[in-house]
Amino acid sequence: MNKTIITVVGKDTVGIIAKVCTYLAENKINILDISQTIVQGYFNMMMIVDTNQMEKIFGEMADELHTLGEEIGVDIKCQKEEIFDKMHRI
Amino acid sequence: MINLFEVVETNEMITKENLDVRTITLGISLLDCIDSDLGRLNEKIYHKIYDSAKDLVSTGEEISREFGIPIVNKRISVTPVALIGGAACKSIEDFASIAGTLDKVAHEVGVNFIGGYSALVSKGMTPADQLLIRSIPLALSTTERVCSSVNLGSTKTGINMDAVKLMGEIVKETATATKEQDSLGCAKLVVFCNAPDDNPFMAGAFHGVTEADKIINVGVSGPGVVKTALSKVRGKDFEVLCETIKKTAFKVTRVGQLVAQEASARLGVPFGIVDLSLAPTPAIGDSVADILCEIGLEYAGAPGTTAALALLNDQVKKGGVMASSYVGGLSGAFIPVSEDQGMINAVEAGALTIEKLEAMTCVCSVGLDMIAIPGDTKETTISGMIADEMAIGMVNQKTTAVRIIPVIGKGVGETVEFGGLLGYAPIMPVNPFSCDDFVKRGGRIPAPIHSFKN
Repeated sequence: MNKTIITVVGKDTVGIIAKVCTYLAENKINILDISQTIVQGYFNMMMIVDTNQMEKIFGEMADELHTLGEEIGVDIKCQKEEIFDKMHRI
Repeated sequence: MINLFEVVETNEMITKENLDVRTITLGISLLDCIDSDLGRLNEKIYHKIYDSAKDLVSTGEEISREFGIPIVNKRISVTPVALIGGAACKSIEDFASIAGTLDKVAHEVGVNFIGGYSALVSKGMTPADQLLIRSIPLALSTTERVCSSVNLGSTKTGINMDAVKLMGEIVKETATATKEQDSLGCAKLVVFCNAPDDNPFMAGAFHGVTEADKIINVGVSGPGVVKTALSKVRGKDFEVLCETIKKTAFKVTRVGQLVAQEASARLGVPFGIVDLSLAPTPAIGDSVADILCEIGLEYAGAPGTTAALALLNDQVKKGGVMASSYVGGLSGAFIPVSEDQGMINAVEAGALTIEKLEAMTCVCSVGLDMIAIPGDTKETTISGMIADEMAIGMVNQKTTAVRIIPVIGKGVGETVEFGGLLGYAPIMPVNPFSCDDFVKRGGRIPAPIHSFKN
Protein backbone atom coordinates (compact mmCIF):
# COMPACT_ATOMS: atom_id res chain seq x y z
CA MET A 1 0.00 0.00 0.00
CA ASN A 2 1.27 3.42 -0.99
CA LYS A 3 -0.91 6.02 0.64
CA THR A 4 -1.26 9.55 -0.63
CA ILE A 5 -3.47 12.30 0.73
CA ILE A 6 -5.25 14.41 -1.86
CA THR A 7 -6.79 17.65 -0.64
CA VAL A 8 -9.18 19.74 -2.68
CA VAL A 9 -10.02 23.23 -1.48
CA GLY A 10 -11.96 25.96 -3.28
CA LYS A 11 -15.29 27.43 -4.20
CA ASP A 12 -18.02 24.80 -4.40
CA THR A 13 -19.31 23.90 -7.84
CA VAL A 14 -21.00 20.98 -9.61
CA GLY A 15 -18.88 17.93 -10.39
CA ILE A 16 -15.68 18.47 -8.38
CA ILE A 17 -15.69 14.96 -6.91
CA ALA A 18 -16.75 13.44 -10.24
CA LYS A 19 -13.86 15.01 -12.13
CA VAL A 20 -11.26 14.13 -9.50
CA CYS A 21 -12.55 10.57 -9.20
CA THR A 22 -12.56 10.10 -12.97
CA TYR A 23 -8.91 11.10 -13.09
CA LEU A 24 -8.11 8.70 -10.25
CA ALA A 25 -9.97 5.82 -11.90
CA GLU A 26 -8.24 6.40 -15.23
CA ASN A 27 -4.89 6.17 -13.49
CA LYS A 28 -5.69 3.08 -11.41
CA ILE A 29 -5.57 5.02 -8.17
CA ASN A 30 -7.75 3.38 -5.54
CA ILE A 31 -9.73 5.57 -3.12
CA LEU A 32 -9.59 4.30 0.47
CA ASP A 33 -11.41 7.10 2.26
CA ILE A 34 -13.12 10.40 1.49
CA SER A 35 -14.19 13.12 3.89
CA GLN A 36 -15.71 16.35 2.73
CA THR A 37 -17.31 19.44 4.18
CA ILE A 38 -18.56 22.77 2.90
CA VAL A 39 -17.78 25.77 5.09
CA GLN A 40 -19.28 29.12 4.01
CA GLY A 41 -19.54 28.03 0.39
CA TYR A 42 -15.99 26.64 0.37
CA PHE A 43 -15.50 23.07 -0.63
CA ASN A 44 -13.00 21.17 1.50
CA MET A 45 -12.23 17.55 0.69
CA MET A 46 -9.62 15.06 1.73
CA MET A 47 -9.09 11.71 0.06
CA ILE A 48 -6.82 8.93 1.16
CA VAL A 49 -5.78 6.98 -1.92
CA ASP A 50 -3.54 4.05 -2.73
CA THR A 51 -1.18 4.69 -5.65
CA ASN A 52 0.31 1.21 -5.76
CA GLN A 53 -1.20 0.31 -9.16
CA MET A 54 -0.50 3.71 -10.69
CA GLU A 55 1.89 3.67 -13.66
CA LYS A 56 2.89 7.33 -13.49
CA ILE A 57 5.45 8.79 -11.15
CA PHE A 58 4.28 10.80 -8.17
CA GLY A 59 5.29 14.20 -9.55
CA GLU A 60 3.41 13.61 -12.78
CA MET A 61 0.20 12.76 -10.91
CA ALA A 62 0.62 15.79 -8.65
CA ASP A 63 1.09 18.10 -11.66
CA GLU A 64 -1.86 16.68 -13.56
CA LEU A 65 -4.17 16.92 -10.57
CA HIS A 66 -3.00 20.48 -10.00
CA THR A 67 -3.84 21.35 -13.60
CA LEU A 68 -7.22 19.63 -13.28
CA GLY A 69 -7.83 21.74 -10.16
CA GLU A 70 -7.09 24.92 -12.10
CA GLU A 71 -9.64 23.90 -14.73
CA ILE A 72 -12.33 23.35 -12.08
CA GLY A 73 -11.28 26.43 -10.10
CA VAL A 74 -10.07 24.64 -6.97
CA ASP A 75 -6.68 23.95 -5.43
CA ILE A 76 -5.66 20.28 -5.49
CA LYS A 77 -2.66 19.07 -3.50
CA CYS A 78 -1.09 15.63 -3.31
CA GLN A 79 1.12 14.68 -0.40
CA LYS A 80 2.43 11.35 0.79
CA GLU A 81 0.70 10.25 3.96
CA GLU A 82 3.86 10.09 6.07
CA ILE A 83 4.06 13.83 6.67
CA PHE A 84 0.69 13.79 8.43
CA ASP A 85 1.36 10.53 10.18
CA LYS A 86 4.68 11.72 11.53
CA MET A 87 3.26 15.01 12.71
CA HIS A 88 0.08 13.76 14.35
CA ARG A 89 0.93 10.23 15.56
CA ILE A 90 3.63 9.23 18.01
CA MET B 1 -6.40 6.95 10.05
CA ILE B 2 -5.49 10.57 9.42
CA ASN B 3 -8.52 12.88 9.54
CA LEU B 4 -9.47 16.04 7.72
CA PHE B 5 -8.75 18.25 10.72
CA GLU B 6 -5.17 17.01 10.99
CA VAL B 7 -4.56 17.41 7.28
CA VAL B 8 -5.89 20.96 7.33
CA GLU B 9 -3.77 21.82 10.38
CA THR B 10 -0.56 20.61 8.72
CA ASN B 11 -1.33 22.35 5.45
CA GLU B 12 -2.19 25.62 7.17
CA MET B 13 1.15 25.49 8.96
CA ILE B 14 2.82 25.17 5.57
CA THR B 15 0.78 27.63 3.54
CA LYS B 16 -0.11 30.30 6.09
CA GLU B 17 2.48 30.05 8.86
CA ASN B 18 5.68 29.52 6.88
CA LEU B 19 6.47 26.04 8.20
CA ASP B 20 9.43 24.77 6.24
CA VAL B 21 12.54 22.71 6.43
CA ARG B 22 15.17 25.39 6.47
CA THR B 23 18.04 23.32 5.22
CA ILE B 24 19.26 19.90 4.25
CA THR B 25 22.99 20.10 4.74
CA LEU B 26 25.26 17.39 3.38
CA GLY B 27 28.42 17.13 5.42
CA ILE B 28 31.40 15.85 3.45
CA SER B 29 34.77 14.89 4.88
CA LEU B 30 37.70 16.17 2.84
CA LEU B 31 40.32 14.41 4.94
CA ASP B 32 40.97 11.91 2.15
CA CYS B 33 41.70 14.76 -0.27
CA ILE B 34 44.79 16.02 1.57
CA ASP B 35 47.75 16.40 -0.77
CA SER B 36 50.96 18.42 -0.71
CA ASP B 37 50.40 19.55 -4.29
CA LEU B 38 47.91 22.42 -4.45
CA GLY B 39 46.62 21.62 -7.93
CA ARG B 40 45.98 18.00 -7.06
CA LEU B 41 44.38 19.01 -3.76
CA ASN B 42 41.93 21.33 -5.51
CA GLU B 43 41.13 18.68 -8.06
CA LYS B 44 40.45 16.03 -5.40
CA ILE B 45 38.26 18.44 -3.40
CA TYR B 46 36.26 19.29 -6.51
CA HIS B 47 35.63 15.67 -7.42
CA LYS B 48 34.85 14.50 -3.89
CA ILE B 49 32.24 17.23 -3.41
CA TYR B 50 30.80 16.97 -6.89
CA ASP B 51 30.43 13.20 -6.74
CA SER B 52 28.91 13.30 -3.25
CA ALA B 53 26.51 16.19 -3.80
CA LYS B 54 25.45 16.02 -7.43
CA ASP B 55 22.02 14.61 -6.52
CA LEU B 56 21.50 16.68 -3.37
CA VAL B 57 19.41 19.47 -4.88
CA SER B 58 17.23 17.24 -7.06
CA THR B 59 16.63 14.85 -4.15
CA GLY B 60 15.65 17.77 -1.92
CA GLU B 61 13.21 19.01 -4.53
CA GLU B 62 11.74 15.56 -5.00
CA ILE B 63 11.13 15.16 -1.25
CA SER B 64 9.67 18.64 -1.10
CA ARG B 65 7.23 17.83 -3.87
CA GLU B 66 6.12 14.47 -2.52
CA PHE B 67 5.40 15.67 0.99
CA GLY B 68 4.30 19.16 0.07
CA ILE B 69 6.78 20.77 2.46
CA PRO B 70 9.13 23.51 1.24
CA ILE B 71 12.81 22.74 1.70
CA VAL B 72 14.30 26.21 1.47
CA ASN B 73 18.02 25.51 1.25
CA LYS B 74 20.22 22.69 0.12
CA ARG B 75 23.76 23.17 1.39
CA ILE B 76 27.12 21.54 1.89
CA SER B 77 29.55 21.60 4.78
CA VAL B 78 33.10 20.34 4.55
CA THR B 79 35.98 19.55 6.89
CA PRO B 80 37.63 22.76 8.16
CA VAL B 81 39.83 23.83 5.27
CA ALA B 82 42.73 24.81 7.55
CA LEU B 83 43.20 21.08 8.22
CA ILE B 84 42.90 20.12 4.57
CA GLY B 85 45.07 22.82 3.05
CA GLY B 86 47.86 22.83 5.62
CA ALA B 87 50.21 20.61 3.62
CA ALA B 88 49.75 22.40 0.29
CA CYS B 89 49.11 26.06 1.08
CA LYS B 90 52.07 28.35 1.57
CA SER B 91 50.33 31.70 1.07
CA ILE B 92 46.94 33.29 1.54
CA GLU B 93 46.41 33.07 -2.23
CA ASP B 94 46.95 29.29 -2.03
CA PHE B 95 44.21 29.02 0.59
CA ALA B 96 41.91 31.34 -1.36
CA SER B 97 42.27 29.01 -4.36
CA ILE B 98 40.55 26.32 -2.27
CA ALA B 99 37.74 28.79 -1.58
CA GLY B 100 37.54 29.26 -5.34
CA THR B 101 37.19 25.51 -5.84
CA LEU B 102 34.45 25.30 -3.19
CA ASP B 103 32.58 28.19 -4.83
CA LYS B 104 32.85 26.60 -8.25
CA VAL B 105 31.55 23.22 -7.13
CA ALA B 106 28.76 24.89 -5.11
CA HIS B 107 27.58 26.60 -8.28
CA GLU B 108 27.78 23.39 -10.27
CA VAL B 109 25.79 21.23 -7.87
CA GLY B 110 23.36 24.09 -7.29
CA VAL B 111 23.67 24.64 -3.52
CA ASN B 112 23.34 28.22 -2.28
CA PHE B 113 26.05 28.02 0.39
CA ILE B 114 29.03 25.85 1.19
CA GLY B 115 30.47 26.05 4.70
CA GLY B 116 33.76 24.92 6.14
CA TYR B 117 36.27 27.56 5.14
CA SER B 118 37.15 27.27 8.75
CA ALA B 119 39.81 26.93 11.40
CA LEU B 120 39.49 25.48 14.89
CA VAL B 121 41.83 27.47 17.11
CA SER B 122 40.22 27.37 20.54
CA LYS B 123 43.57 26.77 22.22
CA GLY B 124 46.24 27.67 19.70
CA MET B 125 46.87 28.36 16.04
CA THR B 126 49.06 26.34 13.69
CA PRO B 127 50.76 28.23 10.85
CA ALA B 128 48.09 26.79 8.53
CA ASP B 129 45.31 28.06 10.81
CA GLN B 130 46.85 31.53 10.82
CA LEU B 131 47.27 31.52 7.08
CA LEU B 132 43.68 30.44 6.53
CA ILE B 133 42.37 33.11 8.88
CA ARG B 134 44.43 35.78 7.12
CA SER B 135 43.08 34.59 3.78
CA ILE B 136 39.42 35.02 4.82
CA PRO B 137 39.01 38.60 3.49
CA LEU B 138 40.41 37.56 0.11
CA ALA B 139 38.42 34.30 0.04
CA LEU B 140 35.09 35.92 0.94
CA SER B 141 35.53 38.87 -1.40
CA THR B 142 36.37 36.67 -4.39
CA THR B 143 33.69 34.01 -3.92
CA GLU B 144 29.93 34.14 -3.71
CA ARG B 145 28.74 31.04 -1.85
CA VAL B 146 31.60 30.16 0.49
CA CYS B 147 31.01 30.61 4.22
CA SER B 148 33.74 30.88 6.79
CA SER B 149 33.86 30.20 10.51
CA VAL B 150 36.51 30.18 13.21
CA ASN B 151 36.22 28.52 16.62
CA LEU B 152 38.00 30.77 19.10
CA GLY B 153 37.28 29.14 22.42
CA SER B 154 35.61 26.34 24.32
CA THR B 155 34.64 25.45 27.86
CA LYS B 156 37.42 22.84 27.88
CA THR B 157 40.22 24.99 26.49
CA GLY B 158 39.40 28.56 27.45
CA ILE B 159 39.57 31.44 24.97
CA ASN B 160 42.37 31.97 22.50
CA MET B 161 42.74 35.74 22.87
CA ASP B 162 45.45 35.98 20.19
CA ALA B 163 42.90 34.62 17.75
CA VAL B 164 40.18 36.90 19.14
CA LYS B 165 42.43 39.90 18.48
CA LEU B 166 43.23 38.64 14.98
CA MET B 167 39.56 38.04 14.17
CA GLY B 168 38.68 41.62 15.13
CA GLU B 169 41.09 42.70 12.41
CA ILE B 170 39.87 40.08 9.93
CA VAL B 171 36.21 41.06 10.36
CA LYS B 172 37.18 44.66 9.60
CA GLU B 173 39.34 43.66 6.63
CA THR B 174 36.55 41.48 5.24
CA ALA B 175 34.15 44.41 5.58
CA THR B 176 36.59 46.65 3.70
CA ALA B 177 37.24 44.05 1.01
CA THR B 178 33.49 43.80 0.31
CA LYS B 179 32.57 47.44 0.93
CA GLU B 180 31.07 47.78 -2.56
CA GLN B 181 28.37 45.31 -1.47
CA ASP B 182 27.74 46.95 1.92
CA SER B 183 30.37 44.74 3.56
CA LEU B 184 28.38 41.60 2.71
CA GLY B 185 31.46 39.40 3.25
CA CYS B 186 30.96 39.68 7.03
CA ALA B 187 27.52 38.08 6.70
CA LYS B 188 29.35 34.93 5.59
CA LEU B 189 31.84 34.97 8.47
CA VAL B 190 31.12 33.81 12.00
CA VAL B 191 33.27 33.18 15.06
CA PHE B 192 32.30 30.62 17.68
CA CYS B 193 32.88 29.41 21.18
CA ASN B 194 32.07 25.69 21.57
CA ALA B 195 31.35 25.26 17.84
CA PRO B 196 29.36 22.07 17.14
CA ASP B 197 30.70 19.58 14.58
CA ASP B 198 27.30 18.90 13.05
CA ASN B 199 25.70 22.32 12.60
CA PRO B 200 23.60 22.44 9.42
CA PHE B 201 23.11 26.23 9.50
CA MET B 202 25.21 28.82 7.72
CA ALA B 203 27.45 30.69 8.04
CA GLY B 204 28.85 28.42 10.74
CA ALA B 205 28.39 24.96 9.24
CA PHE B 206 31.45 22.78 8.93
CA HIS B 207 31.92 19.01 8.88
CA GLY B 208 33.79 18.18 12.07
CA VAL B 209 36.61 15.66 12.19
CA THR B 210 34.56 13.51 14.57
CA GLU B 211 32.00 12.91 11.81
CA ALA B 212 31.63 10.09 9.28
CA ASP B 213 32.71 10.44 5.64
CA LYS B 214 29.32 11.87 4.70
CA ILE B 215 26.31 12.80 6.76
CA ILE B 216 22.89 14.43 6.36
CA ASN B 217 21.94 17.09 8.89
CA VAL B 218 18.64 18.91 8.77
CA GLY B 219 17.52 22.21 10.24
CA VAL B 220 13.80 22.86 10.73
CA SER B 221 12.05 26.10 11.25
CA GLY B 222 8.65 27.32 12.22
CA PRO B 223 8.52 30.57 14.20
CA GLY B 224 5.22 31.43 12.49
CA VAL B 225 3.70 28.12 13.58
CA VAL B 226 4.67 28.73 17.22
CA LYS B 227 3.35 32.29 17.10
CA THR B 228 0.00 31.19 15.66
CA ALA B 229 -0.33 28.45 18.29
CA LEU B 230 0.42 30.97 21.04
CA SER B 231 -2.12 33.44 19.71
CA LYS B 232 -4.76 30.88 20.65
CA VAL B 233 -3.71 30.85 24.34
CA ARG B 234 -3.43 34.60 25.00
CA GLY B 235 -3.79 35.49 28.68
CA LYS B 236 -3.28 31.90 29.86
CA ASP B 237 -0.63 31.09 32.49
CA PHE B 238 2.94 29.90 31.89
CA GLU B 239 2.07 26.23 32.19
CA VAL B 240 -0.33 26.48 29.26
CA LEU B 241 2.12 28.70 27.36
CA CYS B 242 4.99 26.23 27.77
CA GLU B 243 2.88 23.18 26.92
CA THR B 244 1.70 24.89 23.74
CA ILE B 245 5.24 25.69 22.60
CA LYS B 246 6.38 22.17 23.41
CA LYS B 247 3.60 20.49 21.43
CA THR B 248 4.11 22.78 18.47
CA ALA B 249 7.87 22.22 18.50
CA PHE B 250 7.22 18.49 18.49
CA LYS B 251 5.12 18.72 15.33
CA VAL B 252 7.58 20.97 13.56
CA THR B 253 10.52 18.74 14.42
CA ARG B 254 8.73 15.60 13.25
CA VAL B 255 8.67 17.06 9.77
CA GLY B 256 12.41 17.63 9.99
CA GLN B 257 12.96 14.07 11.13
CA LEU B 258 10.89 12.73 8.21
CA VAL B 259 12.77 14.82 5.67
CA ALA B 260 16.12 13.86 7.18
CA GLN B 261 15.30 10.15 7.03
CA GLU B 262 14.02 10.40 3.46
CA ALA B 263 17.05 12.38 2.30
CA SER B 264 19.35 9.94 4.04
CA ALA B 265 17.70 6.90 2.42
CA ARG B 266 17.53 8.41 -1.07
CA LEU B 267 21.09 9.73 -1.10
CA GLY B 268 22.51 6.66 0.63
CA VAL B 269 24.14 8.87 3.25
CA PRO B 270 23.71 8.27 7.00
CA PHE B 271 21.36 10.55 8.94
CA GLY B 272 23.26 12.73 11.41
CA ILE B 273 21.03 15.04 13.40
CA VAL B 274 18.04 17.31 13.32
CA ASP B 275 18.80 20.81 14.54
CA LEU B 276 15.84 21.84 16.70
CA SER B 277 15.72 25.42 15.75
CA LEU B 278 13.46 28.39 15.38
CA ALA B 279 15.16 30.15 12.52
CA PRO B 280 13.49 33.34 11.33
CA THR B 281 13.53 34.88 7.87
CA PRO B 282 12.74 38.44 6.86
CA ALA B 283 9.31 37.25 5.61
CA ILE B 284 6.38 38.65 7.55
CA GLY B 285 5.13 36.12 10.09
CA ASP B 286 8.42 34.21 10.17
CA SER B 287 9.85 35.98 13.18
CA VAL B 288 11.19 34.87 16.56
CA ALA B 289 10.73 38.44 17.88
CA ASP B 290 7.01 38.16 17.07
CA ILE B 291 6.81 35.09 19.33
CA LEU B 292 8.31 37.13 22.15
CA CYS B 293 5.66 39.78 21.51
CA GLU B 294 2.97 37.12 21.51
CA ILE B 295 4.28 35.93 24.90
CA GLY B 296 3.51 39.42 26.18
CA LEU B 297 6.18 41.96 25.28
CA GLU B 298 5.55 45.20 23.43
CA TYR B 299 8.81 44.74 21.53
CA ALA B 300 11.71 42.30 21.70
CA GLY B 301 14.16 43.99 24.05
CA ALA B 302 11.57 45.12 26.61
CA PRO B 303 12.13 44.02 30.23
CA GLY B 304 11.18 40.34 30.43
CA THR B 305 12.71 39.55 27.04
CA THR B 306 15.50 37.37 28.41
CA ALA B 307 13.09 35.33 30.53
CA ALA B 308 10.65 34.93 27.64
CA LEU B 309 13.44 33.81 25.32
CA ALA B 310 14.80 31.40 27.94
CA LEU B 311 11.48 29.62 28.28
CA LEU B 312 10.92 29.61 24.53
CA ASN B 313 14.31 28.08 23.89
CA ASP B 314 13.85 25.44 26.57
CA GLN B 315 10.37 24.40 25.46
CA VAL B 316 11.48 24.14 21.82
CA LYS B 317 14.17 21.69 22.93
CA LYS B 318 11.83 19.73 25.19
CA GLY B 319 9.29 19.34 22.42
CA GLY B 320 11.85 18.65 19.75
CA VAL B 321 13.96 16.08 21.58
CA MET B 322 11.22 13.46 21.56
CA ALA B 323 10.38 14.13 17.93
CA SER B 324 13.80 13.19 16.60
CA SER B 325 16.06 10.21 17.13
CA TYR B 326 19.21 12.37 17.09
CA VAL B 327 19.41 16.05 17.82
CA GLY B 328 22.40 18.32 17.59
CA GLY B 329 23.80 21.35 15.85
CA LEU B 330 22.85 24.65 17.40
CA SER B 331 19.33 23.65 18.50
CA GLY B 332 17.38 26.62 19.85
CA ALA B 333 15.90 29.95 18.92
CA PHE B 334 18.01 32.12 16.65
CA ILE B 335 17.95 35.85 17.19
CA PRO B 336 19.57 37.41 14.14
CA VAL B 337 18.65 41.05 13.66
CA SER B 338 18.65 41.56 9.90
CA GLU B 339 16.91 38.27 9.20
CA ASP B 340 13.93 38.91 11.48
CA GLN B 341 11.42 41.66 10.76
CA GLY B 342 10.31 41.77 14.40
CA MET B 343 13.90 42.33 15.55
CA ILE B 344 14.37 45.09 12.98
CA ASN B 345 11.18 46.77 14.20
CA ALA B 346 12.44 46.52 17.79
CA VAL B 347 15.75 48.15 16.87
CA GLU B 348 14.02 50.91 14.94
CA ALA B 349 11.68 51.57 17.87
CA GLY B 350 14.70 51.91 20.17
CA ALA B 351 13.65 48.87 22.23
CA LEU B 352 16.61 46.65 21.43
CA THR B 353 20.30 47.38 21.97
CA ILE B 354 23.45 45.31 21.45
CA GLU B 355 23.79 44.98 25.23
CA LYS B 356 20.30 43.49 25.50
CA LEU B 357 21.03 41.18 22.59
CA GLU B 358 24.13 40.05 24.46
CA ALA B 359 22.02 39.21 27.51
CA MET B 360 19.60 37.30 25.30
CA THR B 361 22.44 35.18 23.91
CA CYS B 362 23.02 33.77 27.41
CA VAL B 363 19.76 31.83 27.20
CA CYS B 364 19.31 30.92 23.57
CA SER B 365 20.98 29.41 20.62
CA VAL B 366 24.05 31.12 19.20
CA GLY B 367 24.79 34.78 19.73
CA LEU B 368 25.22 38.26 18.30
CA ASP B 369 23.97 37.50 14.83
CA MET B 370 23.62 39.61 11.72
CA ILE B 371 24.07 42.89 13.53
CA ALA B 372 25.15 45.86 11.43
CA ILE B 373 27.44 48.29 13.23
CA PRO B 374 29.12 51.52 12.10
CA GLY B 375 31.94 51.02 9.59
CA ASP B 376 34.36 53.07 11.68
CA THR B 377 34.14 50.69 14.66
CA LYS B 378 37.69 49.91 15.81
CA GLU B 379 39.17 46.43 15.35
CA THR B 380 39.83 46.16 19.07
CA THR B 381 36.22 47.03 19.85
CA ILE B 382 35.08 44.19 17.58
CA SER B 383 37.54 41.89 19.36
CA GLY B 384 36.13 43.05 22.70
CA MET B 385 32.60 42.22 21.58
CA ILE B 386 33.80 38.82 20.40
CA ALA B 387 35.60 38.18 23.70
CA ASP B 388 32.44 38.99 25.69
CA GLU B 389 30.39 36.58 23.66
CA MET B 390 33.06 33.85 23.85
CA ALA B 391 33.13 34.25 27.65
CA ILE B 392 29.36 33.71 27.82
CA GLY B 393 29.71 30.51 25.83
CA MET B 394 32.74 29.27 27.75
CA VAL B 395 31.25 29.81 31.20
CA ASN B 396 27.75 28.57 30.33
CA GLN B 397 29.00 25.52 28.43
CA LYS B 398 27.00 26.46 25.36
CA THR B 399 27.67 27.50 21.81
CA THR B 400 27.91 31.22 21.26
CA ALA B 401 28.82 33.07 18.11
CA VAL B 402 29.39 36.51 16.68
CA ARG B 403 28.44 37.57 13.18
CA ILE B 404 28.61 41.34 13.08
CA ILE B 405 28.94 43.52 10.03
CA PRO B 406 30.85 46.79 10.28
CA VAL B 407 29.34 48.50 7.26
CA ILE B 408 32.11 50.55 5.70
CA GLY B 409 31.01 54.10 4.90
CA LYS B 410 27.83 53.93 6.95
CA GLY B 411 26.91 55.03 10.46
CA VAL B 412 24.14 54.88 13.07
CA GLY B 413 20.77 55.87 11.64
CA GLU B 414 21.49 54.41 8.22
CA THR B 415 20.22 51.09 6.92
CA VAL B 416 21.99 48.34 5.07
CA GLU B 417 20.32 45.99 2.61
CA PHE B 418 21.79 42.49 2.17
CA GLY B 419 18.93 41.03 0.18
CA GLY B 420 17.24 37.64 0.17
CA LEU B 421 17.34 35.55 3.31
CA LEU B 422 19.95 37.87 4.83
CA GLY B 423 17.46 40.75 4.98
CA TYR B 424 18.22 44.37 5.90
CA ALA B 425 19.35 46.01 9.08
CA PRO B 426 19.46 49.38 10.77
CA ILE B 427 23.00 50.16 11.91
CA MET B 428 23.20 49.85 15.68
CA PRO B 429 25.36 52.00 17.96
CA VAL B 430 28.33 50.35 19.66
CA ASN B 431 29.65 51.30 23.11
CA PRO B 432 32.29 53.94 22.26
CA PHE B 433 34.69 53.29 25.15
CA SER B 434 38.01 51.61 24.48
CA CYS B 435 39.16 48.07 25.30
CA ASP B 436 42.49 48.42 23.45
CA ASP B 437 44.72 47.48 26.36
CA PHE B 438 42.59 44.46 27.22
CA VAL B 439 42.65 43.06 23.71
CA LYS B 440 46.37 43.74 23.19
CA ARG B 441 47.47 41.64 26.16
CA GLY B 442 47.59 38.49 24.03
CA GLY B 443 47.69 34.85 25.13
CA ARG B 444 44.83 32.73 26.42
CA ILE B 445 42.06 33.04 28.97
CA PRO B 446 42.20 29.77 30.95
CA ALA B 447 39.27 27.34 30.99
CA PRO B 448 36.79 27.90 33.82
CA ILE B 449 36.97 25.77 36.95
CA HIS B 450 33.78 23.86 36.19
CA SER B 451 35.29 22.49 32.99
CA PHE B 452 37.39 20.04 35.02
CA LYS B 453 34.94 17.24 35.36
CA ASN B 454 37.30 14.28 34.97
